[in-house]
Amino acid sequence: MRKANEEAVRRLMSADPVLVDCRPAHEVLPGLSRNTFLHAGPPIAFEDMCPPMQGAVYCAMMNEGFAETPEEAREKALAGVVTFEPCHGYGAVGPMTGLTTWSMPMWVVEDRNTHRRSFANLSEGVGVGLRFGDYSPETLKRLTWLAEVFAPVMSKILREMGGIDLAPMMAQGLAMGDELHMRNHAGTALFVKNYGWRIAAAAPEHAEEILKFIGVGHDQFFLNIAMAANKLAADMADGVPGSSLVTAIARNGVEVGIRISGLPGRWFTGPAPEVKGLYFPGFTAADANRDIGDSAIMETGGFGGCAMATAPAIVKFLGADGVHVARETTDAMYRITLAEHPRYQIPALDFRGVPCGIDCAKVVETGITPVLNTAIASNRAGQKMVGAGMSVLPMEPFAKALLALAEELGI
Amino acid sequence: MIIKNIVQKNSYYDSATLMLLSSQVAKEVGPDGDAAVMMGSDMNREILEKSGLLADEGRAAGPNDLIFAFRAATEAEADAAYAAAQETLNSRSAKMRSEENVMAHSVEEAAERAEGAKMAVVSLPGQYAAREVKKLLKADCHVLLFSDNVSLQDEIALKKLAVERGLLMMGPDCGTAVVNGVGLGFANTLRRGPIGIAAGSGTGLQEVMTLIHNYGGGISQALGTGGRDLSGAVGGLMMEQCIRLLAEDPKTEIVVVISKPPEKPVADRMMAQLSGIGKPAVVCFLGGDQEEVIGNIHVVRTLEDTACEALALAGVAGNPLKAAYESLPDIAETCRAKLTDGQKYVRGLFCGGTLAYEAMLILSDKLGGIHSNISHDPDLLIAGTDASVAHTVLDLGDDAFTVGRPHPMIEPALRAERLVQEALDPETAVVLIDVETGYGSHEDPAGVAAEEIAEARKKLAEAGRDVVFVCSVCGSVDDFQGYAAQEDKLRSVGAVVLESNAQASTLAALIAR
Amino acid sequence: MEKKLFDEPMTVINLGLPGFFDSVKGQGAPCIHVDWKLPAGGDVRLLEILDRLHEMEEAEQNA
Repeated sequence: MRKANEEAVRRLMSADPVLVDCRPAHEVLPGLSRNTFLHAGPPIAFEDMCPPMQGAVYCAMMNEGFAETPEEAREKALAGVVTFEPCHGYGAVGPMTGLTTWSMPMWVVEDRNTHRRSFANLSEGVGVGLRFGDYSPETLKRLTWLAEVFAPVMSKILREMGGIDLAPMMAQGLAMGDELHMRNHAGTALFVKNYGWRIAAAAPEHAEEILKFIGVGHDQFFLNIAMAANKLAADMADGVPGSSLVTAIARNGVEVGIRISGLPGRWFTGPAPEVKGLYFPGFTAADANRDIGDSAIMETGGFGGCAMATAPAIVKFLGADGVHVARETTDAMYRITLAEHPRYQIPALDFRGVPCGIDCAKVVETGITPVLNTAIASNRAGQKMVGAGMSVLPMEPFAKALLALAEELGI
Repeated sequence: MIIKNIVQKNSYYDSATLMLLSSQVAKEVGPDGDAAVMMGSDMNREILEKSGLLADEGRAAGPNDLIFAFRAATEAEADAAYAAAQETLNSRSAKMRSEENVMAHSVEEAAERAEGAKMAVVSLPGQYAAREVKKLLKADCHVLLFSDNVSLQDEIALKKLAVERGLLMMGPDCGTAVVNGVGLGFANTLRRGPIGIAAGSGTGLQEVMTLIHNYGGGISQALGTGGRDLSGAVGGLMMEQCIRLLAEDPKTEIVVVISKPPEKPVADRMMAQLSGIGKPAVVCFLGGDQEEVIGNIHVVRTLEDTACEALALAGVAGNPLKAAYESLPDIAETCRAKLTDGQKYVRGLFCGGTLAYEAMLILSDKLGGIHSNISHDPDLLIAGTDASVAHTVLDLGDDAFTVGRPHPMIEPALRAERLVQEALDPETAVVLIDVETGYGSHEDPAGVAAEEIAEARKKLAEAGRDVVFVCSVCGSVDDFQGYAAQEDKLRSVGAVVLESNAQASTLAALIAR
Repeated sequence: MEKKLFDEPMTVINLGLPGFFDSVKGQGAPCIHVDWKLPAGGDVRLLEILDRLHEMEEAEQNA
């Protein structure tokens, strides 16, 4: 297993992600049909989905023209008009509900050497949120704008410049105090700083609205791009026989599921954790849904909770009681990971690489489970974000995965 | 009364810490209440169920969850006890955190950070200890394995690994060692000197090394092997290693070995090894039948004789231990005057297992069959929780007493109930007890014993009679509890205090005869 | 193969009772306390798997 894990983590760290395009899902996700709805986390039936996930389904139904109203959307969903599958099965990831359908534009990230591709949907910005299960007219309007205005401009500039190297951007984000999961201030700013002129040059008529969309109040813009990059790394590490490296952590709001390299395609699940955090004014823990989203792909790649020591500014936002929490969290993650990523370093730790490549066996041995930095969705459909915090994963999925791997290895 | 359980998920604490905490917290819930703080393993939940302390919350707990269980008069009382328990636990973990540089998360990390020679003390639950000891040995750490409940198979494997790597693996069930002057486990403050000791028993080692210290001798190293080492199955693997290290140690001039008589092939091997070390040796076969000198080896039968022999070989002259016996018959006579006709039996209640064993042997010599929970004679063997029969010696460290409770050396209050019960038995003449001081032991063991004795004597006075309480303090005159102060506390409640367990046992026999 | 112990500078590593850590510290000797946690939550099957994996790793290394 040592050799298998060495190989898996070597592959994980060998990813050289380049953002190459921004195209509608049906063009780039192999085998996606009009009535396939992708969602975050492990598989789940519509009836079992949490309210925000169901809200997102209504939104996507209306966006794709399956229904006019949320009520009609609900009936159609219950009648089985569409089928539901995890994003992860399509090489894709989506934050929070992760709802991804036919017409929605996707970031396309490609490995420079192998040309393998991964995908993520687009961050919708502030005040709206399919990702939180909102289905207001504003959210629907934003989805249309993203598909018709924003994505074509992005596609154009990306093709013009032959792609954006993401590794240096992510590394610089770490150096500038982002952990890249709940804090992407630097990555987002770098995007505008480096490529704003290209947007202005390529689409002068839309430059103002696009730059305002990315630049104002939309601090998590870069997250989805970084998620696609980490999905790429995780998929490259997948499928090494005998490896206990974790290649996916994803929550659907009811369950959290993980996948390991040695057993590709299989989910090992447990209850999605409750998130401990800070709530926006007017909300309390009673309003919170359980942990949700594919964004834990960031921790899978060594960011988020793993890299928290580089982002002391984040602790207040997440409701943690001091900067020591950031340091302790990263320290703990070093104890359950296989390597330190040479390209992604934490200056405050004397440029030590982020803890990278969570090892399911180490998790079980130490009793330390990954810690995720995350947003908190409302536990009602049709709402938006209610807070942010940290979630500690249950041991159950890791124990199940190790048992299955042992069976595979005949132990 | 109400039963209340509070479960703290995913919090590990070791069982001994929790046992101590339980006994502290139990004081918060009144005389009819009870309290226990335990990890939610199957066995612990069963213990709680049997004690009538388990509620549904606790039933649902897993092995990684901490259960606070209370039986209290009111909800408020239970809550107050819970708050007290939390405070103790938190102050402990806060203190450990503030000393972060001394905390490691794993054996590997600790071994990497430790400078110089590495000596590990392991007191984890027995079923998990072997795993960690294996890691320690592979990281070139010497080990004192305090835990019991380690399988024979694991013991043999670990000792073989240790010998292969040139390491000590003292234990399992090794309570005491003093290495380079540092006391490990239950140990005492000692002067360094030329006497090196290897022992198969913990309190036996403590008794010998403290007697040596108290009468002017010094200790180079004091090592333990665990009680099972000299069995046929283990074959004295660690004793051989210890003797070899002491033989090679230039600071050790006299080698002392303490154990119960081993099986013959093991004893023969050991004697052969000792005969070739080129240094004088003292061997105490506790309960053996011979006292002789074979070449460089002096064979003796009691712990006190062992200390005297070692002192003599080290050239420390004039120790008064032996002379003290001359005055014992007179003391016995005086004591006997306090007794009435029906009072004829000795009841020994011991915290130290080897001291119980030594007492049993000395009393047997003088009084005949002694009933005990550690007797090798099936006719004399009684369960620890049974009522005493005629002359009885009990080892209170026995599992029957300690399941779910701290060892009586840590928490001597365990003895209180039994002490009063034995004292009030109209046939009891002498209650014989031990008090251990030193690192790891209770901070005021004689104070606890004195309170018990005072309580018993008050009740005896109401019944119009008295009992003789005979004891010895197993400890160094330099232990932090204060040796003289400890003796004074016992004398102040009318107990007769002697300088060794052997003397105390002899006096008890003289009184009862 | 001898790992020198007697009269060498020595660090004590404590696993288990914090009281033993305190007493070693109290004697002025260097001591590191291991914050030990029940491995694999005490699950016997998982422990067996972990041990077996460690053995396999050792065999791999020695091969």
